[in-house]
Amino acid sequence: MEKEGKMVTIYVMGKKHRVPAGLTIMKAMEYAGYQLRRGVGCRGGFCGACATLYRVKGSYKLQAALACQKVVEDGMYIVQIPFTPAEKKLYDIEKIRPTPNVFVEHFPEITRCLSCNTCTKACPQDLMVMDYVQAALRGDIEKVVELSFDCIACGLCAIRCPAEIVPYQVAQLARRLYSKYILGLSEEVEKRVAEVEEGKFDEELEQLKRLPPEELRKRYESREIRV
Amino acid sequence: MELPRWNCCGTVHALAKDDVMHHLAPVRVLLRVEEAVEAGLVDEPRVVTLCAMCYNTLKRANHLYRNDSDKRRVIESIMEKENRPYGGKAEVIHLLELLSELGWGKISERVERPLEELRVAPYYGCLLLRPRGFGVDDPEEPRIMENLLEALGAEVVDIPFKSRCCGAYHTVFMKEEAAELSYKILRQASEMGADLIALSCPLCMFNMADRQGLIGRLFRDFKGIPVLYFTQLMALAFGLEEEAHLEENNPDPRPLLRERGLWR
Ligand code: SF4
Ligand code: FES
Repeated sequence: MEKEGKMVTIYVMGKKHRVPAGLTIMKAMEYAGYQLRRGVGCRGGFCGACATLYRVKGSYKLQAALACQKVVEDGMYIVQIPFTPAEKKLYDIEKIRPTPNVFVEHFPEITRCLSCNTCTKACPQDLMVMDYVQAALRGDIEKVVELSFDCIACGLCAIRCPAEIVPYQVAQLARRLYSKYILGLSEEVEKRVAEVEEGKFDEELEQLKRLPPEELRKRYESREIRV
Repeated sequence: MELPRWNCCGTVHALAKDDVMHHLAPVRVLLRVEEAVEAGLVDEPRVVTLCAMCYNTLKRANHLYRNDSDKRRVIESIMEKENRPYGGKAEVIHLLELLSELGWGKISERVERPLEELRVAPYYGCLLLRPRGFGVDDPEEPRIMENLLEALGAEVVDIPFKSRCCGAYHTVFMKEEAAELSYKILRQASEMGADLIALSCPLCMFNMADRQGLIGRLFRDFKGIPVLYFTQLMALAFGLEEEAHLEENNPDPRPLLRERGLWR
């Protein structure tokens, strides 16, 4: 947070607001009185619901960010993109196979990629989007997976791509194919699913359901996180 | 070694004056070449292509970037906020040029099974030779593929249509017209006694080989003729049968090669 009391000017869909410096775009909008129903989800940079485009006064560049992560700047013109009107390609994962041509078959528009790198610059997750689109063009499924692993499908790459490619869908196909046909089933997951089905955790869950909110909060905050 | 982070070259050199966007892809490839030198992966900023189209697109974009300062500035500004701009130092060569540089004598030394009595018509098409100054050899009197084939022990059949267009991308929307262009080249090769055709470009390959079914339907007198990449002939002559992947070619060249004792 910046020094207390410092305010900046932002424009939400053209309307001017004075908001405290140091707030994220999302908090600044709420401070300015907007009640967010779309364009908000986890508030933690994981769900991809808060895609936002902005331009800072004096610059000609249109920039992209997640509203819950990006801190406001003075003179920011903001518009939220809660939904990306991209065509959703349908395929049956049981029927398609991880062949080198699978991407061009389902997303022929990737052959139009100009290697302009606009998508990479738009990505709030700092992924090398152009590189994974090019890897898809080469049919390199593993590379696409590796480069797109942190994708949260906010849609900003697709909004900015001059070739009207929808990179995040291409990457999603890669990850689906990868987990189904290359990585295969994981023993641990199988085991855990069986345990869940056998009711191993039912009692624990029931106990949790009966806990008062304060106790729940305490447990949540002191929970053990293993990576 | 394979160029790290290479991207599609863009396939066609953009000729429209105001089309700068389409030069980004080849310029980016050239930048990767400089980066590979910087990273110590290679000594020289040279990139070798096998495809005639990549060769042409990269080479012409390189020329444009070096000589057209206005376009260069626009390209640099679109690519701003990246590592660094392309410095114009990369050189683009075709595999045929690299082989010629190595020396045909060296190639002959590697030959384990000379392609004796195999009558091969080299086919250059457009982009290996044109425009002047951007080809692998003289656009009127090319010798480079002939030299290679001779080094491999083959008999060269010089067909006048060796640098005629195969129909290129017209194969998408005007397939019959493109098929006619390819048909004329193929027929000439057969009439002049060639057993097969050698070429470098995958689009030529598609038009002249994969389209032979269509050509046969359009032109009743057409008899098929195998078409191979020059690299496949090299593999065959070097005794690397498996690596030649002749099973991928259509029409299948293996029966003919078997007849000549060049295939098991
Ligand atoms: S923005 Fe589109 S055209 Fe540009 S590099 Fe990314 S996918 Fe390719
Ligand atoms: S609200 Fe989930 S990523 Fe911003």
